[in-house]
Amino acid sequence: MKNGLKKALVVALAAAMASAPAALADGAIKIGGSGPLTGGAAVYGQAVKNAAEIAVEEVNALGGLQFELQMEDDAHDPEKAVNAYYVLDDMQVSLATVTSSPGAAVAPMYAEDHIFAITPSGSSLDVIYADSANLSGAYGNVFQMCFTDPNQGTASADYIKAHENLGSKIAIIYKNDDNYSTGIFNTFKAEAAVVGLEVVYEGTFDDSNASDFTVQLGQAQAAEADLVFLPIYYQPASLILQQAQAAGYAPTFFGVDGMDGILTLEGFDASLAEGVYLLTPFNADAEDEQTKNFVAKYTEKTGEVPNQFAADAYDCVYAIAQACEAGGVTADMSAQEICDILVEQFTTMTFNGLTGTEMTWAPTGEVSKTAKAMIIQNGAYVGVED
Amino acid sequence: MGFLSYLINGLGLGSVYAIIALGYTMVYGIAKMLNFAHGDVIMVGAYVAFFALNTYKLPTVPAVLLAVLVCTVLGVVVEKLAYKPLRQATSLAVLITAIGVSYFLQNGAQLLWSSSPKVFPALVGNGSLTLGSLSVSYVTLITIATCILVMIGLTLFVNRTKTGRAMRACSEDKGAATLMGINVNQIISVTFAIGSGLAAIAAVLLCASYPQVFPTLGSMPGIKAFTAAVFGGIGSIPGAFLGGLLLGVIEIFAKAYISTQLSDAIVFAVLIVVLLIKPTGLLGRKLSEKV
Amino acid sequence: MKANKSVFSSLFGRQRRGRTVSILLVILAYIVLTVMIRSGNLSRLFQGLLVPICCYMVAAIGLNLNVGVSGELNLGQAGFMSIGAFAGICLSGRLAPLLPNTLLRLVLAILLGAVCAMIFGFLIGIPVLKLQGDYLAIVTLAFGQIIKSLITNMYFGFDENGFQFSFVANTTKLAPGGKMLLNGPMGATGTERIANFTVGAVLVLLALLVVYHIMYSKSGRAIMAARDNRIAAESVGIHVSNTKMLAFVISAGLAGAAGALFGLNYATLVPNKFDFNTSILLLVYVVLGGLGNMTGTMIATAVLVLLPELLRSLQDYRMLIYAIVLIVIMLLTNNETLKTWFGKLKAGKGAAAGKEG
Repeated sequence: MKNGLKKALVVALAAAMASAPAALADGAIKIGGSGPLTGGAAVYGQAVKNAAEIAVEEVNALGGLQFELQMEDDAHDPEKAVNAYYVLDDMQVSLATVTSSPGAAVAPMYAEDHIFAITPSGSSLDVIYADSANLSGAYGNVFQMCFTDPNQGTASADYIKAHENLGSKIAIIYKNDDNYSTGIFNTFKAEAAVVGLEVVYEGTFDDSNASDFTVQLGQAQAAEADLVFLPIYYQPASLILQQAQAAGYAPTFFGVDGMDGILTLEGFDASLAEGVYLLTPFNADAEDEQTKNFVAKYTEKTGEVPNQFAADAYDCVYAIAQACEAGGVTADMSAQEICDILVEQFTTMTFNGLTGTEMTWAPTGEVSKTAKAMIIQNGAYVGVED
Repeated sequence: MGFLSYLINGLGLGSVYAIIALGYTMVYGIAKMLNFAHGDVIMVGAYVAFFALNTYKLPTVPAVLLAVLVCTVLGVVVEKLAYKPLRQATSLAVLITAIGVSYFLQNGAQLLWSSSPKVFPALVGNGSLTLGSLSVSYVTLITIATCILVMIGLTLFVNRTKTGRAMRACSEDKGAATLMGINVNQIISVTFAIGSGLAAIAAVLLCASYPQVFPTLGSMPGIKAFTAAVFGGIGSIPGAFLGGLLLGVIEIFAKAYISTQLSDAIVFAVLIVVLLIKPTGLLGRKLSEKV
Repeated sequence: MKANKSVFSSLFGRQRRGRTVSILLVILAYIVLTVMIRSGNLSRLFQGLLVPICCYMVAAIGLNLNVGVSGELNLGQAGFMSIGAFAGICLSGRLAPLLPNTLLRLVLAILLGAVCAMIFGFLIGIPVLKLQGDYLAIVTLAFGQIIKSLITNMYFGFDENGFQFSFVANTTKLAPGGKMLLNGPMGATGTERIANFTVGAVLVLLALLVVYHIMYSKSGRAIMAARDNRIAAESVGIHVSNTKMLAFVISAGLAGAAGALFGLNYATLVPNKFDFNTSILLLVYVVLGGLGNMTGTMIATAVLVLLPELLRSLQDYRMLIYAIVLIVIMLLTNNETLKTWFGKLKAGKGAAAGKEG
């Protein structure tokens, strides 16, 4: 590199380092958060950002509490999430991160700085525990709006056991370089062994092999699996459904909350998903006023139908609003004062949102809500009655 | 599922790799650059085809032609703006610029078309041909057939036409080609045009087999196809074809018979072994060294 | 006088000037940044970026030894960072209950990271260095992918009964109180963050000393001769395979050390972090900074790590602008007119130092 350029770069660098963080509007409680707004996982980050913006607008329009939202990009990378955390220097409350690994990287920082955080969708136990293997060292001020991964794995195994008509020989296809998918798989398998489910095939895929599933489906079929458990997100799931149909393989497919969104994929042939079961807390087709209002606003803003990430984010903002009102939080309080109040509120309050009613939180930050079993019929979710 | 169906699925996957690898190998053969943005040109082609088919309801052939046209123009524009000024620079400088172009296309696509994946419409239905116990989907058959056609066409073009011969001359020796009155710059532009047009066809085949369109669509197939091109001997058209097919078959077999977790590691290990035995790939020419 | 002159020329002579400048730059930057931190003039974001920048610098300096000095395109440098990172994290995690001194633990982890990466560098170097050109590049890419794939499938933990290891299928069952050091695709979680900027700066200095030592040695000049024209070099009796191997192993070792420091800077680290894209990013730092030019590599690294952070105000357009900046910089730095212009400027100053390395 030439000298002139070198000097120019050094000057630019020095100028950049002196720049101060942006000033904050008066009277609003500042909510920070980060998520993948660019890159391969951007679909989740964008969903959370859009939904949280809608919720903040709604809360602000009520005239009481005022929020200001700042979502930063972490590109689903723990390193960038830490950078984003530092950029969010003046936040008073946080939505933590959208995805799990970045969440696990910043959670100890939220704990050290004593800032209240509730993640919409960071479902790994590592987001709320310093030592997740022993379920110890809960941070105590990092909460989750979504189910934890183990919770989903166990619930799915129990549900399949209780409904034996779904299938008796189970194949599992999961994404083995993904925290979420592997987390659910591990507990599902453990619970399956406890309750006595027969798992006949386990297949995996990863980022570099996320389009061709002919082998996994072929082997599941060869093992005579009549139920395929898919603890994965909806994009690969839609490919699996399509390839299963092409191969003439029609078991019962059973998904978890990541499967939600499959019907809203632009151009998706809903008949492929006919008869797919999923355990999910959110249903964009629900008839209640709250959901209808949210779905309408989200569709107007983005041209897309919200998925479960969006719904969780919307709930997060409202849960924070509820706790702030109940605890008398004002914008001039420090993040640490607010943290104490919100922890107190969250562990005692009950919250009704899009993704569940009568939600409560344990002191560890884990949410307690019921997953609804849904079946896809004629291109829509239908609640399954027990 | 038996050996034969794995083999055919592998050939189907391999054909997609092969057709992408053809684009890599052509550009490499003439411009001596690794065009890492090739995968992202495929992504653009996939979006164009998606909108043509889904939004504007064009029939398949015009939609594919439109995608080819857009990709060709895109390839030529990118070449003019980003690669041509670097003709005298090191090949590494061009490589980094190509990476910049790749980031640009991915992020541009996200801003234009959002990060949500879109489902590519089925072109030939989701059916399959059944022969006894063996069932092969139509998509796989069409992919393999198209790939063979493209390879034959490309070979004829390079060997029989005037432009094709000029391309081979440039790939041998740019200086000598210039002396023979060949406009090397123009030939490189033509190469980019053809390579990018091929990317659009690859995009349609890729999306016909794996019907999903999203901004990072091209990166993984791009890396795999690049591997395939090297596998077969980069710069060689039949080599890219063979490399692509083999890569697809090895990948499917590794998943089927060894482990789905380790399929990538196995594919790359085979690649390493092949390169140790044949250091310039399966059909690559020996590196000639000038003294 | 004569002695003085030789000291002067050894520091600022044509040959050694690159080393002196780069080392002085690191020391100066360290002092300035430390003063800024102490006086509270450096934002938390930039404080947080110091360690990762040091890590990327060390790995990029190592890569430049490969690409710039040996002339071998290595597309798998992130794999060596990965080996170093997870080795370092495992060691630190295991020693945590026994060795409360974090600095000592950090140094040991970096050493182990470097050694592990060097061992793998040697093993991988044997096949890699038999190949040439883009075939060599693709094999390094392949090894990078293989390393990522293998680490993604490793489960390694310890409890009161000792270590447990499993591969592909996670059969590790730890007794209560045990710790999972490496948990397959989840990587390392709950890592104690013990990395610090001072160690990072020292590591950068060490990397520079090692790399310049090789470059300025007789065998270093030999590999550069072979890089520029292998046949000419061989015809005058230069055989460089051993030195090339040394350069490859040192490069891997630096990446491993950088990885260990990086891993111990974050509470969690996933194997996917060190994928092909990270290798490419390191290559971008090297090429942008100039082949064989370590000072340039350091500056390019710092600028390109900072750039996406500085562009945050552009929100969704950030990475698009980043891509444009990258392309424009490549076009400008390789522009013939500008090059001639800078060349004249240099000649005017009378400092006719050719390109370093």
